[in-house]
Amino acid sequence: MTTFIPGTSAEVHEIVRWAAAEETPLEVIGHGTKQGIGRPVQAEHTLDLSRLAGVTLYEPEELVLAARAGTPLAEVEALLARHGQRLAFEPMDYGPLLGGKAGRGTLGGVLGANLSGPRRIAAGAARDHILGIDAVSGRGEAFKSGGRVVKNVTGYDLSKGLAGSWGTLAVVTDLVFKVLPAAETERTLAIAGLDDAQAAAAMAEAMGSDGEVSGAAHLPEGVIGRFLDGGFSGGPRTVLRVEGFGPSVAYRVERLGRRMKAHGAVEVLEEAQSRRLWREIRDCRPFADGTDAPVWRVSMAPMAGHRMLDAFRRAAGANAYYDWQGGLLWLRMEAEPKAETLRTLIARCGGGHATLVRATPALRAAVSVFQPQPPALVALSARLKAQFDPRNILNPGRMAVA
Amino acid sequence: MSTPRMPELNAATLERREEIVADMRIIVPGEGVVESEAEMRAFESDGLTAYRQLPMVVVLPETVAQVSRILKYCHERNIRVVPRGSGTSLSGGALPLGDAVLLVMSRFNRILEIDFANRAVVAQPGVTNLGITRAVEHEGFYYAPDPSSQIACSIGGNVAENSGGVHCLKYGLTANNILGVEMVLMTGEVIRLGGKHLDAEGYDLLGLMTGSEGLLGVVTEVTVRILRKPETARAMLIGFPSSEQAGQCVAEIIAAGIVPAGMEMMDRPAIHAAEDFVHAGYPLDVEALLIVELDGPQAEVDHLIERVGEIARRNGATTSRVSNSEEERAAFWAGRKAAFPAVGRISPDYYCMDGTIPRKELPRVLAGMRTLSEKYGLRVANVFHAGDGNLHPLILYDANKPGELEKAEAFGADILRLCVRVGGVLTGEHGVGVEKRDLMPEMFTEEDLNQQMRVKCAFDPNHLLNPGKMFPQLHRCAELGRMHIHRGQMPFPDLERF
Repeated sequence: MTTFIPGTSAEVHEIVRWAAAEETPLEVIGHGTKQGIGRPVQAEHTLDLSRLAGVTLYEPEELVLAARAGTPLAEVEALLARHGQRLAFEPMDYGPLLGGKAGRGTLGGVLGANLSGPRRIAAGAARDHILGIDAVSGRGEAFKSGGRVVKNVTGYDLSKGLAGSWGTLAVVTDLVFKVLPAAETERTLAIAGLDDAQAAAAMAEAMGSDGEVSGAAHLPEGVIGRFLDGGFSGGPRTVLRVEGFGPSVAYRVERLGRRMKAHGAVEVLEEAQSRRLWREIRDCRPFADGTDAPVWRVSMAPMAGHRMLDAFRRAAGANAYYDWQGGLLWLRMEAEPKAETLRTLIARCGGGHATLVRATPALRAAVSVFQPQPPALVALSARLKAQFDPRNILNPGRMAVA
Repeated sequence: MSTPRMPELNAATLERREEIVADMRIIVPGEGVVESEAEMRAFESDGLTAYRQLPMVVVLPETVAQVSRILKYCHERNIRVVPRGSGTSLSGGALPLGDAVLLVMSRFNRILEIDFANRAVVAQPGVTNLGITRAVEHEGFYYAPDPSSQIACSIGGNVAENSGGVHCLKYGLTANNILGVEMVLMTGEVIRLGGKHLDAEGYDLLGLMTGSEGLLGVVTEVTVRILRKPETARAMLIGFPSSEQAGQCVAEIIAAGIVPAGMEMMDRPAIHAAEDFVHAGYPLDVEALLIVELDGPQAEVDHLIERVGEIARRNGATTSRVSNSEEERAAFWAGRKAAFPAVGRISPDYYCMDGTIPRKELPRVLAGMRTLSEKYGLRVANVFHAGDGNLHPLILYDANKPGELEKAEAFGADILRLCVRVGGVLTGEHGVGVEKRDLMPEMFTEEDLNQQMRVKCAFDPNHLLNPGKMFPQLHRCAELGRMHIHRGQMPFPDLERF
């Protein structure tokens, strides 16, 4: 059992080439904050990228930042904040949910897990902001894709292809991301008293308005006390975030607030409260309870989420809340994950996918953590994996379905 | 233009042409098979009209089952297939092959579902880009990517080319605005990627598929995200005595945290050509003209117009106008939108390039182009998506003058090499296709290209789908799969910790 901690991409190249020759599997990690997601990896050795760190290029006026894969996300976010910029896709922090510390995780992990946050519905995920990568395939060959410019259709977009691949196709050593100006300010409208179906309708109306809403979540009765230290008194809240320049935010909050009054009583959260609330929504704070009770992350069409959950609750006990206009459901199970029931209902309600983001290693070995796919897609994905990593040495089994 | 080298014709396929045509008629009954030379002429080229080639046969299927059967049939018999949407590609992406079935998707022209609550439209691939906006605008919605061919180009073609438009910086490319596709693999298998939900459940195959130029599969259905139309939009027309000052103005707008909906730059030759053509009221005594469009809530647009105006003044703008009506906004854009035909009036022929560069390199690239212009003795006019660094140099030439065409091509290739040298790329939105295929090694190493081709191998191991495009040379998948093993000692034993 060896842990390799390379400091250069040339060293990464050499290690992977050696592992490919020996057909010896590697578990690839950054800070290891998301090691608890996916099937437990059985690997002889560990390839730890945390020392392959540092921002290599940052040009605020060009809206571009390049860094090595092991660069802490927190360092990148702090640097951007000093220049009034941000990663617009709002990458979530799995740390607290999975029993770790907040504020850790690397830029490589951001792409590997295709992270995003509440702003996903308006600004996309990591996949939408990655401009280019350097990587070493499981064949032990170094390659690059993309570049440092936003508009680029030269060749296949392998950078996107590696998004959400959980380190099973290639070891990314360098990344280039598009960055964007941070919003000058933000406020949140909170509508009180809606049930899940009413909330879905209100959120759809808000997202379909010209108010440029950048976050739409519904926090039902069962979780509301766990946000803002219990600062919301009584009953569910449906929350809508408005970000931008001061005069624009004031104008939109006023117009949207008037419109939303038809749905229920509206209060306005000022900037500091708003920022805190959306961070808690992003990081699944209500279920960061120090347990390893199963937690599902479900993505569906926004209007389908509450219908599916209503049916699921008849079969299993689950606490839940919604982000992404109702299309992202976070479910904390009281007991077993009930994977089959859940996935059957998702399929019946128009499709989507469920990922078991928190569970004991035993459960993760027995239940498919990632959504099982139809046979033609399984075969295509296996062929793709074989083209990048024919000897199955990179995080073997991590995305496998049980 | 000079004839591109295409894959060698498959004699075995051509010998069986009659049989293949007959079988196609069985799969697609009625008017869906075109085989006479006269009728096939309409399909001999795409938007890059200098390249022409008659296909072996043209097939226009109407159902997914037909597409599946055609591909399966061709797969089993080793017959090449070239997919085509509306045929507006500017890089020869839909250029036929003499021994291939040209699979034309134009009969897939229906919108299948409009879902305002989920802000999604499900469309067949032959629906035009603008057709999607037309279908939802009565409720105040639109589809954001707007390539200049949007009136004609198909949404399926947009997926294949990852099409952009003038609003990319703020609203993204096709890849950022589609939610899912249904597609048929070369084997005839029908798969679905994504849907109305976000993100992939496994590998991001949708991300790989977008911009794959018809080499991986044939799209039979697309689900797109629609957006609410902004409350208002206003444009500014700002003239500068130098392109450096205009470039600096763009940089400072971005640095101020402003992301305009569109930001276009034109150089003196382009300004004059456009003004002579459409009389948009462009200033003629400036070296660079910026069009900055701001959209969004009224209060925001008013606020930002003022801030952009200040930045422009600080950078030495000599003229600055703000649109006060939709008519005026349209007038500001009229010259830019007519830039290509306008240049077409001042020169018998022009050749449009499509590199992207880091914005700050603009002065260096413009200077480099002036030098090249002298070297080749050909004029060049520039329009530039200043927000995202996508440059469209228009090289003026006369195809009737011997040797001038070849000079224009060499000039164009040199411009693209210059783009790559300053950290940019060969193509921002027009695609590699046939046109820039042989320039790929300027940007990628052999290992880079091999890994891209291995993706192709996962989808289409026999290279039957649109061969001759994108890659200078397609290696056999068996060859690409071979591994060169270098056994040795475990590296860096000093890193050992356990």
